[in-house]
Amino acid sequence: MAEEKPEFWRWQESNWVNPEIDWTKAEFITVGIDVGSVSSQAVIMADGEVYAYGNMRTGSDSPSSAENVLKFALDATNNMPRERINYAIGTGYGRVNIPFSDRTVTEIACHARGAHYIYGNQVRTVLDVGGQDIKVIRCDDKGKVTNFLMNDKCAAGTGRGMEVFADLLSVPIGAVGDRSFEIGAEPRPVSSMCVVYAKSEATGLLRKGWKVNEVLAAYCSAMSERIYFLLERVGVEAEFAVTGGLAKNRGVIDRLKKRIGMEPMKTKWDTQIAGAVGAALFGYALCRKGKGRHR
Amino acid sequence: MITAGIDCGAKYTKAVILEDGQIVSRSLALTGFDQSEAVKQALEKALNDAGISRNQVTAVGGTGSGIRLISDTDVEVNDVKAIAAAANLFFPNSHTVADVGAEHGRAAKVDEAGNVVDFAINEKCAAGTGAFIEAMARALETPLEQIGALALTSDKSIPMNAQCTIFAESEVVGLIHAGTPKADISKAIHDAIASRIVSMIRRIGVNPDIVIVGGVAQNPGFLDAVRRELGVDHLFVPDQPEYAAAVGAAVVAAKEGK
Amino acid sequence: MLAHYGYSDGSGKYLITIDTDQCNGCGECVNACPAEVFEVLDEDPNDPFREEPIAVVRRDKNKKVKYECGACKPPTDRPPLPCVTACERGAISHSW
Repeated sequence: MAEEKPEFWRWQESNWVNPEIDWTKAEFITVGIDVGSVSSQAVIMADGEVYAYGNMRTGSDSPSSAENVLKFALDATNNMPRERINYAIGTGYGRVNIPFSDRTVTEIACHARGAHYIYGNQVRTVLDVGGQDIKVIRCDDKGKVTNFLMNDKCAAGTGRGMEVFADLLSVPIGAVGDRSFEIGAEPRPVSSMCVVYAKSEATGLLRKGWKVNEVLAAYCSAMSERIYFLLERVGVEAEFAVTGGLAKNRGVIDRLKKRIGMEPMKTKWDTQIAGAVGAALFGYALCRKGKGRHR
Repeated sequence: MITAGIDCGAKYTKAVILEDGQIVSRSLALTGFDQSEAVKQALEKALNDAGISRNQVTAVGGTGSGIRLISDTDVEVNDVKAIAAAANLFFPNSHTVADVGAEHGRAAKVDEAGNVVDFAINEKCAAGTGAFIEAMARALETPLEQIGALALTSDKSIPMNAQCTIFAESEVVGLIHAGTPKADISKAIHDAIASRIVSMIRRIGVNPDIVIVGGVAQNPGFLDAVRRELGVDHLFVPDQPEYAAAVGAAVVAAKEGK
Repeated sequence: MLAHYGYSDGSGKYLITIDTDQCNGCGECVNACPAEVFEVLDEDPNDPFREEPIAVVRRDKNKKVKYECGACKPPTDRPPLPCVTACERGAISHSW
């Protein structure tokens, strides 16, 4: 039975290249690899500009995920040999297990730096909601972290918590956001923060006659409360940007927007690459300090 | 004097009839979604088993997460007060009691008279409660009743990285896929929850003669893990520890009832 | 930079904050903490351009601070926390 269940959580893997950049003319080629719990990204930069990237699901282990996603990004390039890379930095949950990286930098530093590149120097607060963690980062106009909080201990408020609910209510994860607004009055949020207890609470609500969309709304609302609570701890300063998979769930983000009274920034970039962009930028900065590999 | 104690827990509702400090009968009902019905059932059955009628009972003490919603009780007994009273009845020399149920973990420091001196509770995060073991048993595809005994067959110490129940489920699945024996995983699960409960006990101070009660105290793997983590030779566990809070409620009802 | 370590879950908020602008990496907190929660690294993993040593909460302790710190935090009559007392520059604070 389990095999027949549609895999609603699946998203499209992709790679991309900027055809206007000629890598042969670059002084430094740097790579950022972000191995997350759910997805992995490789960003190839030519002198501090994004030249190519790949975005894939994380596989069974970090070394092979890093290897595969780098190959995927290299595939998009105009035959750039791997040996051309001057510096590679690993970040993310799996960063310590990336065999070809020259050093590691935490996802906190990389996300701030990457968001600064992707959104511009007005960004001061970055919220990243991933599969297994929530990060709130404040940074200055240079993309340097001034204050951060990362919660990866508890599933409440993470993408994983939302998956559990989508599964419980048999609603495709991509439809959760819209369906959570197909309701009458906004229900009160699910009161248990713990995902295990929230699940039993939801079962109780369904038994009481609540509609599936109402339960979704109550959970999206609880998630936005949970995220707000963490944001509040660090403080939200404009401009405000949201990255990570949950950025795509308007059920949570629209409710959060209302709560903080601020519109998240927009970008042409895929926000999932923020961490890897930051890592590659650090690599570029280190190369300019003379720390890169020379061949 | 005859009193009754009812503990309306997250999973089961327990009723106990107490006569002059002796337990006369016990009964259990699934709490389900109708708590007042569960309370009624459990109490009626306990009375029937004891051959005692309701009007012979001087006072009914109620405790547990669902008790505020029902009206059958004369004395509402705070959860921590109930387990302290029970620990004092079972083991008068003990000054520390921990209670681990389906959706709570509690620890209390108790004085000679059975009063609470200090306490710590967790009922907001599943990681330190029976719900954790239940979820892990499901992930391990092992019946809940057997998972504790299974842990006792392992002498390996595998650390669990995940603290959250939801993340620990995936970790357990990962360990199974990696070919880790179920017994070793089971031990890791019990070590994980024991470390949370022991840290709660440490917060209120470790006194000799530590009493463990609540539904999870029926689990031998859990008890062994707690004993090892505390570094003691012996834990004091009453017969049928899941009834302790109900017993405590009956004890308090005898003191405070009309 | 204010580095918040630890976590928040359904049972509460358990954050240890290190003000990296104050921390000089002296390591007194490492010596003071009975639960070995801290360590001093040669460079700040959250700031690759800082080149002085820095105290951080150990990665393997981060998700357990509620439990690791439990012994220093009895519910009543709590004595001053050893890590906070040991830090001459006042860089360490706890949220709970």
